[in-house]
This record gives sequence, C-alpha cells and structure tokens, in this order.
Amino acid sequence: MKKIKERGYFNPDVLVTTDWVDENLDNKEIRIVESNEDPLLYSKGHIPGAVQIDWTNDLNHQVVRDYIGRDEFEKLMIKNGITNNTIVIFYGDKSNWWASYAFWVFQLFGHTKAKLMDGGRLKWEKEGRKLTRDIPHYPETQYKAKPRNDADFRAFREDVVAHIKHGLPLIDVRSPEEFSGQRLHMPDYPNEGALRGGHIPGAINIPWAKAINPEDGTFKDADQLKELYITENNLNENDELVAYCRIGERSSHSWFVLKYLLGFNNIKNYDGSWTEWGNSVGLPIQK
Amino acid sequence: MIGKLDKIVSFFESMDNQEKINYLIDYSDRFKEVPDSIASKPYPKEKKVEYCESGVYVWTVINPDGTPKFYFHIENPHGVSAMALCSILDEGLEGATIDDILNLDTEIVYRIFGHNLSMGKNLGLIGIIQMIIRQVKQLTLDSY
Repeated sequence: MKKIKERGYFNPDVLVTTDWVDENLDNKEIRIVESNEDPLLYSKGHIPGAVQIDWTNDLNHQVVRDYIGRDEFEKLMIKNGITNNTIVIFYGDKSNWWASYAFWVFQLFGHTKAKLMDGGRLKWEKEGRKLTRDIPHYPETQYKAKPRNDADFRAFREDVVAHIKHGLPLIDVRSPEEFSGQRLHMPDYPNEGALRGGHIPGAINIPWAKAINPEDGTFKDADQLKELYITENNLNENDELVAYCRIGERSSHSWFVLKYLLGFNNIKNYDGSWTEWGNSVGLPIQK
Repeated sequence: MIGKLDKIVSFFESMDNQEKINYLIDYSDRFKEVPDSIASKPYPKEKKVEYCESGVYVWTVINPDGTPKFYFHIENPHGVSAMALCSILDEGLEGATIDDILNLDTEIVYRIFGHNLSMGKNLGLIGIIQMIIRQVKQLTLDSY
C-alpha cells in the first residue's frame, strides 16, 4: 500500500497509519480516541492508551437534538486529558464512521489538531496489533474551547431549503435503496423513525462506501476519489456543497473525504439528515 | 418471566454503569457460535434478524423434552452488544417452556442495557428477541 503522502491527498496530514499509531503509543503529545457504533466495543478491547468518546452519551446533547455546548466540550476534554495542543487521533468501527463524526464535532469547537487513523479499528485488528481492556486514566487538563462554530461545518434544515432553491449541489451518501425510497433505512439497519422514503430534491447519490477500500476500510487514493466525485459526478472543489445521510454519521465520513482528501473548501454536513427531512411537515422529497 | 432470565435481568438492573459494562463484556466473551451440526454456511436469509446492525442469525431447535434451544451467529465481529444479549438469552432461557418464550417481554433489552443505547441499537437487539418468539411461534404452529 502506498504511503499516505504518496496518495495525492489535498491535506495528507489529517491521516495517520496504523504503523504510525503503533509507534506513537507513548507519545505524550497525542491522545488516541475510539468512537464506535457499539458503545461496548471499546470495553471489549482497545488500542493501549485510547480513551472512548461515545457519540450518543458524550457528543450529543441529552435533551435537545443537537451537540454539546462549549462548557460540556471543555469538560469532556479535561476529563480525557486533552489539552488545546493535544493531537487527537480518532479511530473506530464501521470504517471510521463514528470516528469521522467525532472528528467533525471537534471541528465545531475549533480543535483542528485532529487526525483519523486510516482503516480504523478493522485494519488494526486485521494486522494483529495489540488491544487491551485496561482503561487509562489521565490527569485533568486545562482546556479552553472556542465558541461552537456551526456556521462553517453544519447545514440546518433552512439552509438546505435555501440550497435546493438555488440549485446548489447536495450529496446523499446513503445506499442506493435508501436514496430511491425503496427502503426507509440502510439495508439491515432499523428504521430510525423516517416516515417517508426517497431523497432531498436535486440530491445526487454517492454512497459513502465508494470512498474506501472494502478489504481494510482505508481511503482510496486521490485519483480514484477525484474520478468518483469530480469526473463521474461533476462536482467541483469550489462548489457550495452539502452532504447528508440518515443521522449525519456516514455523511461525516464523506465530508472528511471531500474536505481534507480532495480539498473541497465549502462543504457542510447536514446532520439533521433524512431522519429530519424525511419527517418534516411541508418539505418536498423526490423518489 | 422465566426464573433464570429474570434473575439475570434483575441482577443487571441492580448494577452501576461500569459493573454493567463489565458483565456485558463477560457475557459477550462467552458467546457461542452456532455449531455446524445445526447450520452450515451460507446461512439462510430467513434466519437473519431484520434490522439488526450486527447481522444476527437465530436458529430454534425443540429439545426432546419440549423445551426450545436457541443458537446464534453474528456477522459483525464488532457486534459486542448483540453477542452479550445472545449469550444472556442462551443462558437465561435454558429450560424455558414454549409458553415462556411466547410471553417474553422485549423490554428486557432496556432493563439490561439501560436507556443509553442509540435507537438503532435498541431496535436491533429487540429484533433478536422478536425473532426468537417468531421462530417458536412458527415451530409451534407447524407441529399442529
């Protein structure tokens, strides 16, 4: 496999390899963070020294459909021994869906010293690397988060309404069956409350999984990604772009690919996604 | 509810969160794959729990004494919650009667795992119990 720097990415610094992580387990400047779909997976075994940040319990607001606020984010960082200068290395299951989602939430608070471990947990395991059940404890830190900046990273329902009114491009990264309305949910996944099947009018369907190598979950080379997004789907790096899926996790993955690996400079994640749009009164859908 | 399962579920309800995680991991470690004598690959689609994120398959066999026995396969090696629940069901439903199974309450998922799981995860785990009930119902109907 080519080295990350040789894959032609716009910003190769946002990725690290499993080798790099293995060599940096004792590096005091980094904090390894695992984020998974199954919250029990971390406890079953994790990369030595890694902490867990769970999307439902740690990143989501508990009584509003939103993310935690600045104070809660600061507390989360302090609790996990993360300073403003700590380089946070995210990894997780499902080819880094939730790791990308956590990475994206960290950007809302301006924590730009963040990277993904290419291939995520699956690759680490396949390579037979060490996992432990020891829960690390780090001394509390000082952390000052920036005020949460949704504007540069999130698209809200009203933004999407305006977006389609202006004919701007939208990417639906769900499966083709969900996009067409044949299914209300991902194959083999439960229907998390969407009343209608289909997609946001004008959206194009580029399933998230097309950006990875299925055997180990690593990202495809820039040439292959450009072929997919730019050549086949006529997108442009300067497009004002919105990505969405079901609840914003798969679209965080595609957001990461487009923003950092291909250099799309104006892409946002619509985290309300289909569970909001598919249920909203008065919003049109397309099948 | 079945005495053995009831005891396990009540035990989980009495735990704090960390204890609960430890016991769930312990159960997931004890997860037993369906033996070749019961099923061989490729597993039939009708044995697959619909909507479970972890790709769980369930088989029901009626023992000579009339009690059902359940076997499981989990596609996703990262489906730890599913492994734990299948293991709990395997242990807790030992000796249960057909009527016990038909009266199983899917609420046990919340009682074991708490309310902190995502909606998708809960629905998938509930789907495993519903599959067990459905298969027992089907086997019971077939015997008439």
